[in-house]
Amino acid sequence: MSLIVDNKSAVTQNLLEQLQKGSGKIAFIPDAEIISAIRHLENKGIPNNKHEDYKYCNIEAVLRKEFKSVEQSFNELTNADIAPLKLEEAINLVVVNGNYNESLSEKIIVKGLTVKSLKDISSSQKTLLSSQAKSDTDALIALNTAFSNNGLFLDMEKGNVIPMPIHVIYVNSGNTEIVVNTRNFIHIQANAEVTLVESFFNTGSSKVFSNFVSEKFVGENAKLNCFTFQNEGPLSYSVNTNQVKVNKYSTYSNTTTTLGGELVRNNHNVELAASNCEVHLNGLFITKGTQQVDNHTLIDHQMPNCESNELYKGIAKDKSVGTFNGKIFVRKDAQKTNAYQSSKNILMSDDATINTKPQLEIYADDVKCSHGTSTGKIDTEALFYLKARGIGEESARKLLLQAFAQELIDKIEIPSLQERVLHLFEKTL
Amino acid sequence: MISIKNLHASIGEKEILRGINLEVKAGEVHAIMGPNGSGKSTLSSVLAGREDYDVTEGEVTFNGKNLLDLSPEDRAREGLFLAFQYPVEIPGVSNINFLRTALNEIRAYHGQEEMPAKDFLALVKDKSKLVELDSKLASRSVNEGFSGGEKKRNEIFQMAMLNPKLAILDETDSGLDIDALRIVASGVNKLKSKDNATILITHYQRLLDYIVPDFVHILYKGRIVKSGGKELALELEAKGYDEIKKEFEIAD
Repeated sequence: MSLIVDNKSAVTQNLLEQLQKGSGKIAFIPDAEIISAIRHLENKGIPNNKHEDYKYCNIEAVLRKEFKSVEQSFNELTNADIAPLKLEEAINLVVVNGNYNESLSEKIIVKGLTVKSLKDISSSQKTLLSSQAKSDTDALIALNTAFSNNGLFLDMEKGNVIPMPIHVIYVNSGNTEIVVNTRNFIHIQANAEVTLVESFFNTGSSKVFSNFVSEKFVGENAKLNCFTFQNEGPLSYSVNTNQVKVNKYSTYSNTTTTLGGELVRNNHNVELAASNCEVHLNGLFITKGTQQVDNHTLIDHQMPNCESNELYKGIAKDKSVGTFNGKIFVRKDAQKTNAYQSSKNILMSDDATINTKPQLEIYADDVKCSHGTSTGKIDTEALFYLKARGIGEESARKLLLQAFAQELIDKIEIPSLQERVLHLFEKTL
Repeated sequence: MISIKNLHASIGEKEILRGINLEVKAGEVHAIMGPNGSGKSTLSSVLAGREDYDVTEGEVTFNGKNLLDLSPEDRAREGLFLAFQYPVEIPGVSNINFLRTALNEIRAYHGQEEMPAKDFLALVKDKSKLVELDSKLASRSVNEGFSGGEKKRNEIFQMAMLNPKLAILDETDSGLDIDALRIVASGVNKLKSKDNATILITHYQRLLDYIVPDFVHILYKGRIVKSGGKELALELEAKGYDEIKKEFEIAD
């Protein structure tokens, strides 16, 4: 037993040393907060598969096996590197290795919108940080809090509606193994409306461990419509944490598509902190090889008359592993809650694995909640039907898998992003 | 067109077809009748290439080719069409996309180019009239939420679109009311030509009032025990299957 403990702290210690060497002082997080984050990290250690929440996603093992080097050498990127990652109908902003890069980002003048590096935020804006992502809840949040770089701060003032999507391109790139802690804060004030796309890439030739934390605040009667596009490639291991807080009469939605990345862990935690709000979380993944995708969601209904919907679908090929763990809390004041959750998966090989774990904890008595999960192989009756009409095995499979995913692909309302997803999805089938 | 010789097929350990012999020529309509469990649907499944069955003996020649060597898709591309007894619902795949893919894969197999979209849509419009299929159904997901009658009409619509050489209609009359039966039968009749052939698999004589067969075969316990003209069906209707069972009781 002592061996395990020693080993765990060794990984954490090594990581702390690595990062402390390379990082400067983080200006936007108070010292006390950083010290407390490091303390939590030292106490908890990086989670391994003995940790209930990381049962199918051993982050500690990834860091131990894949990230041994102490030196970290980051690549600089040019406009030419970024150009193919942009979305034509959006305002494209760029965050490189955790730092907001103003010169690579498109200049924007939109009424009510402020975009800046976290190092440049005002003291009142600083008080927002870490209000939702708390170090004591998760070691990866603590790690990010202790070592995050100058990420992005985005603020939409009261009552403003942005006419086009904002696309944040998070791109990591290193010459050596690198560990990147990217952070942002998305602040949508009352009655404002924003469509936000967040895309994740790795353009370097070395392994990247990306630990992303995003705090999203949706004010009263505001709307935040998010799309997450993950295509980081086989050298990437990432944990992406979204800590979202929604307020009265507000709507938050997110559709996440995961197409690349050797390991992708998504923690999507949404706090419905006031009445009459609405949350939609959707996810689609297709995995191959030895990829692992692990979607964890937490929907916390705290107040009455709110609605949440979750729809996750996955296709696992080869030896890949897909996980959906969705928790819904309905607290005792959250009467008249409607909460729905669905996870559907297709296993394409005998060696692929799907883990699903829906969890409902309901403390109110006047609520409508339901959940459903299904995991199976491709429908052989449907396959035979298509083949009996002259459609070849491969096209028939593709038609059926595309049909399975279509419902989610249709939710991606931004044409160029939808096209990008569809193209990669078809390529992976 | 198709020549079936001494066909034996089993599912698991159970032998269901026990030596079927049947010869169908272009321009002919054959009806295969028989009580439940006689092997009617097994025969159509084996011919279409369903993998659940093992062919243990015999041969099937289709237009000079060994049918049993072909994959289900190649059988379809060679011109064999099975109208399913229970058409499958495929949510998310539109009827149109499904048919366009099927038609173009069949064309590619024969070295033909893809059909231009305009011609394809004109064909859809034309053929859907044949079975009075609402054009809205064409853009919906394959069979999803269709009524029993709509599903069967959709089968005949697909048959019209793909223009097969040999159509096997597996209990296409089951679950149809009299109006739907008339529409389906009239569609099949309009598609009949001297170059193609039809095998009707049915339990009841009723369908044969609308689609008149040249030959009627009675299938019982995996063998064709009696063949004749259309009058055989009427005889069967009058006497019922019990007579046949008595006459051809085969000890298992």
